[in-house]
Amino acid sequence: MRWLFVKDLQILRRSPLLVALLVVYPIAIALMIGFALSSPPGKPKVAFYTQVAPGKSKLKFGTQAINVSKYAKELFKSVQAIKVNSRAAAIAKVRNGQALGALIVPGDIIGQLQNLVKSGVGTPTVELILNSNDPVESQFVQQAIAARVNDVEQAISAQVLRLASTDMRRVLNGGTLNFAGQHYHLLGLRNSNTILRGAIAALPPKSPLRTAIGQVVSFAQLAIDGLGFANPVLGSIGRPLTVKQTQLAGRTTPINSYAVAIAIVLSLMLVTLLLAAGMLALERSEHAYTRLVRGLVTPLRLLVEKIALSAGCAGALALVMSAFVSIFVHLNWARFELWIVALGLGAVAFGALGVAIGAFAREVSGASLMAFLVSLPIAFVALVPSQAVSSAVGTVLGVVAFLFPFKAALQAASNAFTGGAPGIGWPLVHLFVLAVVFAGLARLAARRLAT
Amino acid sequence: MASAPPLGQGTVTLAARELTKRFGDRIALREVSVDARAGELVGVIGPNGAGKTTLLAILAGVVSASSGEVVGPPHEVGWVPQQPALYSKLSVAENFRLFARLERVSDPEAAVRRMLEQTGLSERADEVVARLSGGNQQRVNIGIGLLREPRALLLDEPSAALDPRQRERLWEFIVALAARGTTVMFSTHDVAEAERFGDRLLVLADGELLFAGTPPELERAVAGGESPDFETAFVRFLRERGH
Repeated sequence: MRWLFVKDLQILRRSPLLVALLVVYPIAIALMIGFALSSPPGKPKVAFYTQVAPGKSKLKFGTQAINVSKYAKELFKSVQAIKVNSRAAAIAKVRNGQALGALIVPGDIIGQLQNLVKSGVGTPTVELILNSNDPVESQFVQQAIAARVNDVEQAISAQVLRLASTDMRRVLNGGTLNFAGQHYHLLGLRNSNTILRGAIAALPPKSPLRTAIGQVVSFAQLAIDGLGFANPVLGSIGRPLTVKQTQLAGRTTPINSYAVAIAIVLSLMLVTLLLAAGMLALERSEHAYTRLVRGLVTPLRLLVEKIALSAGCAGALALVMSAFVSIFVHLNWARFELWIVALGLGAVAFGALGVAIGAFAREVSGASLMAFLVSLPIAFVALVPSQAVSSAVGTVLGVVAFLFPFKAALQAASNAFTGGAPGIGWPLVHLFVLAVVFAGLARLAARRLAT
Repeated sequence: MASAPPLGQGTVTLAARELTKRFGDRIALREVSVDARAGELVGVIGPNGAGKTTLLAILAGVVSASSGEVVGPPHEVGWVPQQPALYSKLSVAENFRLFARLERVSDPEAAVRRMLEQTGLSERADEVVARLSGGNQQRVNIGIGLLREPRALLLDEPSAALDPRQRERLWEFIVALAARGTTVMFSTHDVAEAERFGDRLLVLADGELLFAGTPPELERAVAGGESPDFETAFVRFLRERGH
């Protein structure tokens, strides 16, 4: 088997284009993912025209105010604003492609908002003009602006609720009100109730005022009870939503590390499948298979040699890739021995699948094409989130993913890189079983190579 | 059923008794017995589908017979498939070296030197096989079959797809092998080639051995007088036997 191994390495060495492709392709994938993960997304250009006069962007609620321009500044963190002086100029920027969209704010927007808050009348409107040539970027601009508009809406509603709540407390408990530079003292319902009860007690028992003041006290008590209940309700509506996160078991895998694991396992799969399938089919294409299995080497040993060759080459490449990608994304080097185990066993399972493909396809070109065609659906099926499809489809996809090594290799590599859940034991056992099964299938299919 | 009668001289190096091969319902070979002696050149001829390749493959141990037996272990027989079974990206010497090691030849380097010399390819030892002519590739193909110095060599259509000049040089090489005592059994579609180089011929049709003997014996076996040439005699022979 050693000499077959040497022979295959000699053949690979004399196929520089193939080797370059097998090396460059996965590294290119790793580089792209690495850069994509480590670089922030670019800001889309948006033409911005506001007719609101400087210093007139404050929305007043009684004694308090919201500065709407603060939210415009937030918006400019998400998009690159090109400030223009007219609506026509903003539209022109979109038309000539200098901006993906234009945001036009009318001069009376503050007045419209103020009116809506005070009287509940009106529909304050800003204008968004989008370039529909690039739907993806248009959607990005739309989402960025919608998020900022939502911020303004939430700020206004929170402020209104806060003011209503404060005013209600004053009506209930009394206090001091500052208005137009003057201080006013408010008695409050509770104080009024106490005073009125005192007044009733001081009246003669037969006084006709007792009944009248008693009715006012009853009304005040009713109002106190009602407002006492309404106040905490208003407060809870105005309070921002709090998310309490609970992790049931294990630790989560950081999304960047998971993306790296996907890139590396995808590359591992492609290289191993192509090498194993291609090198086995090459034995038949060179008409050497029959000569080899005529007493020189058993078919099983030949398959094992191809699995070892492809797994060794691809596994080494995947390790180098992992080390390289760790420049961009944190991978736990303390678990390096687990990297080797996970990537090595993953490569062996992919190698077994590869020789099965090579034995079925028999010709190098057919084997390479089949390996490529098989690898993409395997990865796709394993990466579809179960919640993204119906339960029946999810079950089918889960079964299909279980039958191929990609998902198990991804779980093993992901765990090896970060120590995140789920554990590495089961994926390794799964990979081992799949390697044995596919090697068995390859042995059966290898009978076709002799014909 | 005919049986190949042993020639008077030499040791029997290749023998099989009543070989039958079935592929499902189809019978590819029916109770065929053959013998060949040291230094003998035996040609196997017959129409397409006669069972020529199947017979050689069974004798080589590549395919197992449904019944019957091959005398002697297959690894003592060299086998040369019809298509050159070589690694086109390796050089001539590297191909010899690889198979010498896989064959567990005691001194692989000596075997490589010997085979380069025998095939006349010493000067092209480091040349990649893909750059060789079809004739030279076939020489390497045969050379690999000879690495273990087998007593008998089986050649499946060795001259197919070669031009006349390459064919002539190849046969010079094969005849020289036989002259050194190696038994050579070859299949061919070229009846004239079989007549010219075969000491004895085996005629197969539909898996049945119809004739075993020398070319002149085959010509004499045809009824209805002398034929203008050997090929005509062969065709008449088949027709007379319903093929």
